[in-house]
Amino acid sequence: MKYNKLIFSFLALGVVSGIIYNCSGSGSSGDFSDAANKVYVAPGSYDEFYAFMSGGFSGQVAVYGLPSGRMLKEISVFSQDPETGYGYSEESKAMLMTSYGFIPWDDAHHPSLSMTNGEQDGRWLFINGNNTPRIARIDLHSFETVEIIETPNSAGNHASPFVTENTEYVVASTRFSIPIQNKDVPISSYKENFNGTVSFISVDKNSGKMNLAFQILVPGFNYDIARPGKGPSHGWAFFTSYNSERANSMLEINASQNDKDFIAAVNWKKAEEYVKQGKAKTMDGEYYRNYYDEDKQTAFSEINNKVLVLNPKDCPGMVYYLPTPKSPHGVDVDPTGEYIVAGGKLATVIPVHSFSKMQKAIEEKQFDGEIDGIPILKYDAVIAGEVQDPGLGPLHTEFDGEGYGYTSAFISSEIVKWKIGTWEVVDRIPTYYSIGHLMIPGGDTKKPLGKYVVALNKITKDRYLPTGPELTQSAQLIDITGDKMKLLLDFPTTGEPHYAQAISADILMKNSKRIYELEKNQNPHAVKSEKDTRVVRNGNEVRIYMTASRSHFKPDNIEGVKVGDKVYFHVTNLEQDWDIPHGFVVKGLNNSELLIMPGQTKTIVWEPKIVGIYPFYCTDFCSALHQEMSGYIRVSPAVSNVQISYNK
Amino acid sequence: MKKYLMLIFIIFAVMACGEDKKESSSANSETEKLAQKFGLTIFEYENGIGPIKEKIELGQMDMIKAKRGEKIFTEKCTQCHKLDERYTGPALRDVTSRRTPEFILNQILNPEEMIKRHPEVKKLLATYPTQMTFQNVSVDDAKAILEYFRSVNQ
Repeated sequence: MKYNKLIFSFLALGVVSGIIYNCSGSGSSGDFSDAANKVYVAPGSYDEFYAFMSGGFSGQVAVYGLPSGRMLKEISVFSQDPETGYGYSEESKAMLMTSYGFIPWDDAHHPSLSMTNGEQDGRWLFINGNNTPRIARIDLHSFETVEIIETPNSAGNHASPFVTENTEYVVASTRFSIPIQNKDVPISSYKENFNGTVSFISVDKNSGKMNLAFQILVPGFNYDIARPGKGPSHGWAFFTSYNSERANSMLEINASQNDKDFIAAVNWKKAEEYVKQGKAKTMDGEYYRNYYDEDKQTAFSEINNKVLVLNPKDCPGMVYYLPTPKSPHGVDVDPTGEYIVAGGKLATVIPVHSFSKMQKAIEEKQFDGEIDGIPILKYDAVIAGEVQDPGLGPLHTEFDGEGYGYTSAFISSEIVKWKIGTWEVVDRIPTYYSIGHLMIPGGDTKKPLGKYVVALNKITKDRYLPTGPELTQSAQLIDITGDKMKLLLDFPTTGEPHYAQAISADILMKNSKRIYELEKNQNPHAVKSEKDTRVVRNGNEVRIYMTASRSHFKPDNIEGVKVGDKVYFHVTNLEQDWDIPHGFVVKGLNNSELLIMPGQTKTIVWEPKIVGIYPFYCTDFCSALHQEMSGYIRVSPAVSNVQISYNK
Repeated sequence: MKKYLMLIFIIFAVMACGEDKKESSSANSETEKLAQKFGLTIFEYENGIGPIKEKIELGQMDMIKAKRGEKIFTEKCTQCHKLDERYTGPALRDVTSRRTPEFILNQILNPEEMIKRHPEVKKLLATYPTQMTFQNVSVDDAKAILEYFRSVNQ
């Protein structure tokens, strides 16, 4: 009898939960059982792709697995991260230095994977800082930021850091024109004094080291997004622009007047020649290049003061304008390199330019005037076709390698699939809601991997459990293997996911670093054996050279620190096996914790202000005796005679 | 219920078929039984599981090698092991009296699997709950450490 009751209760629960389930947000109706199979990655199994999603205003990059949508890591890039000590530790502070001083945050938009022959090579990931113009390089062995270069003569580093076919360059430009060089002028003098620049940052093919090779001075429009060419168009890069009106106020109205704005087509191979010929002017402009030395485990800043600037007036054949309706946002080059697709966010069509027609039009000088030395090509002479009825607010296009383009439409919240060549729309699927970028694994390369398109949405509204006024942003995974696109999965993202990139897991996982080898650790404050641990006073500076291993710190009893001292904790993790980080914190530390990977040394500064006994401990549950991994520091009055002492 | 028990029994039987069953017939039958019980070969039971798969020849004591071993031991092992006192792990002065050379090498080179599969190492966990991990040493380094252990146990 009791048994039957139990069964009944379960049935009742089932019915109730069924009802609750059916009350979920819009778009949840329909049968997802097939979709569940496609995204289910069994416990202990791996995802097929790594996806790198920009963290937007979080300033970081988040790593996800696809198709599961499981978040694997958040990589600290432009923002301080109190979890790891990035931007707080003495070794990492230099990464966030700029010509404006230390900046603990930025707005990260477009992750871009390095390429060889137009295909992903899994070496580095680049991402832009939009606010204080910077580009970061992340090493895909350690999944850590290893370099950040500032771009001078720039503001609003949005069209960045898209990668050329062999990672010769990552590009950048000014979304906000400013006086080049910056100076104190009335804002109303915009038309006389404000200009844009496009920048080419070279990448050393062995070390990855970035260097600002040259900039090109361009009219004061807003240069928005870029894509280098590939195949036949390799050697060129395309930058959309809006505000050809050159408005400086209420841009939403004043920059939406002209029927057409421009894509700037830049022949960077020609630009290289002009630089070689000495046509570039050397301009003053301070900018930082910060790099992380993995052996010294320390970031360093290098300050540069000069930049080479080319002016199209002196360099014929280097830049052309392709008229493009209307306030275009995205620009994407198809896998063959022939078609240049614009997302005219206020346009009613998607214009597709032809690279070969552009070459012909240049040869035949089919120009419609020029602006500041830049010839404007005739629209009809360069256009290959227009995709009709592409949805409202088309923004970005990715490719599946099967002859189709997929364009995101922000205003009508959908992805539109269309055929390259016939320009006809063959399928469309709603997104929830307000899609910005979209991403197909390898969908911007010569060899797209296809399979999925990920919608990166700005608004989620009723898609998830509400969490007060601030709601999560989201990604949606859509199956593109069939004729009809099929929604498989929603998953939340950190910050605002602008663009994303995905790469086959096979390429990266075999290279993933496991430890930092102690033998290679050249941090000047490293202690490689417990017998070398020590505490050294020099005036009011106290340096504690400490080791961490399961499950103790050495030393773990320290006396002789006084109020007014500046205490450096140099902590080396002596472990040499995978997945054994140690954390370090001390009570009252006005700073972040340290999270120290095996073989790493990190330093955090503490300036104790109050007399007493201060415990410190390991924050990362490391072993069965993790709770025992702790110690004490005695802080005495500034005038006391307590000498430095410690146990070994 | 019986049916399920039967099923479980069959599953175990099938799993057991997957285990390594190579044993020499001349081996001590007591050791053979124990090894079999833990799913190990007799060699593994006596000499540990890892890259060292056969007995090694120990020659004359090589003091240069022992010195090198001492340095590696100091840098990579002393945070957990002392010679004469219990620390995070057991005291090691007499380890060469307690374990075969191959066992010591396999424990240094493959501690994770040793902890998971070897009954002697599993036993240690009750006394020393912090599990030993690999310290990124080569086979050559491990042999130098072994030489150091020999030199301190004279």
